[in-house]
This record gives sequence, C-alpha cells and structure tokens, in this order.
Amino acid sequence: MQRILSALLAGVVFGLGIALSGMANPAKVMNFFDPLGTWDPSLAFVMGGALTTAAIGYRVVFGTRRAPLFDTTFHLPTARTIDLRLVGGSALFGLGWGIAGFCPGGAVPALGFAPWPTALFLISMGAGMLIARRLQALPRPTTA
Amino acid sequence: MITEFTPLASLAGGILIGLAAVILMALNGRIAGMTAMLGGVLQPQHPDSPWRIAFLAGAIAAPMIATRMGAEFGFAAPTTGAMLAVGGLLVGIGVTYASGCTSGHGVCGMARLSPRSIVATATFMVTTFATVTVIRHGFGG
Repeated sequence: MQRILSALLAGVVFGLGIALSGMANPAKVMNFFDPLGTWDPSLAFVMGGALTTAAIGYRVVFGTRRAPLFDTTFHLPTARTIDLRLVGGSALFGLGWGIAGFCPGGAVPALGFAPWPTALFLISMGAGMLIARRLQALPRPTTA
Repeated sequence: MITEFTPLASLAGGILIGLAAVILMALNGRIAGMTAMLGGVLQPQHPDSPWRIAFLAGAIAAPMIATRMGAEFGFAAPTTGAMLAVGGLLVGIGVTYASGCTSGHGVCGMARLSPRSIVATATFMVTTFATVTVIRHGFGG
C-alpha cells in the first residue's frame, strides 16, 4: 500500500510538472524543434530544470541511503548494450514525436485537461506498443 | 502557430518533473519513466502493475483537478487526426524498442549519466528536430 501511495504522489507531482512546463502542449513542443520558424525555446528550461533536479536528487538519495524507504533495493536498469533496438527505436520515437507533437510523458497528463485529441494519440500509441511487444516476442532467426 | 516563451513556468514544471523522479527513487527505488508506467496497463498481471497504474492515475488526475480549481494550462494541437494517429503508432513502437522515452531516458537515465540513455536522448532529439523541420520547411530546410 505504501508503494502504491508513493507512486500516486510521484505521479501527481509529475503530472503537475508536465502540465505547467508545456510538455503536454503539442504546439509548444513542436515550436521548440522549429528554430528556423516559430521558435519557442521554453522546453530547454524544462529539460534543464528536470535534469538538474533529478541529478542532484539521485546523488543525495544514492549517497545517503542503502535502499529506498519502501523497498529492499534500488531497481536500476541493468542493460548496457547500445544496439540497433535502442537507436532505431529512439529514431522511430523521434519521428512520431515530430509528427504528433506528443511524447508519452506529455500525453498522459494532457488527457486530464485536454482529453480530445489526446485520446486519439494515446490509443494509437497503445496499439504501437502492443504491436512492438508482439514483434519482440516472436522467435528471431539466429544471426549468421 | 506562435506560442509564448514561458521560461519561469517551464523551469518550475521541469523542477517538479525532476522532483517526481527523485520521490519515486527515494521511496520505491524506481525509475519514473512513462514507457514503463504504460506497461502497467498493457500487462495488468505484472507484479509492478498496481503502483504503475497509481502513478498514471496521479499524473492524469492532478492537472484535471488543478484545471477544475481554476488553473490554466496552455494547449493547442496544430496537427490533423491522421498525424496524431500515425505519430502515436510510431511513438508506441519506438519507445517499446528503445525501452524508454523523454522521461525514462531523457530525465532519469541522463541524470544517472547512463550511456544508453545519452545515446537514446541524442537520437530522438535529432530525429524530432529533423521531422519537424522537414514537415514545416520541406527538405530545403
């Protein structure tokens, strides 16, 4: 129950941050990536604020605690390989982000205050996630 | 479509996003990545599903309640339905293969100086920039 409540709290802070920052606003996101046109550099401040806070906060947490408050260990990603899945997946993500103006973390909070057309993007994104999961589950030919 | 430059609101929002990542790590020892959170809905039998759904519920409910209480968040989607549908499909496939998106790789992974996250973030920032540029200005730039 504690883990669920703390995830809820983190979600609330995340959702407010996304909405306030402009990451849930496709027009603003697309303008950040358009320095040749109607450029809006605001998103640099979002990334700067989020990264600085997370980097300092993580250092404090990892430096002062052996385990999180409500679990026995920190669950950190163990994957180390930089492969085609990572780079190709990120490139496809960037292509979609540029076309729609939504990333997953921007779209979920947007559902709370602009349900349409956010829902269309999210349903489509869910379908894409399911397709990719199916493809990943298929047996792959061994490399020659 | 011109949008207003909002350095203070964007910085404050960014600090809250970073704070959410720190809260989830300090309390539950977890990465605050939206791609993994959505996995909680797609794979409801997974043991991590309940807390992931709680994170999603908080992330949707908070701006909803704030709006009801009078807060105003800017929103405009200068896209067609087809662009949202195609873009959504590509985002869903891409973040699944990349195992993360702007929150997981761009914030949490970059903050840990993870080489995978640095490569992922550089890749999607460049391709998003290229995509918006081609759509708005054509191949001539």
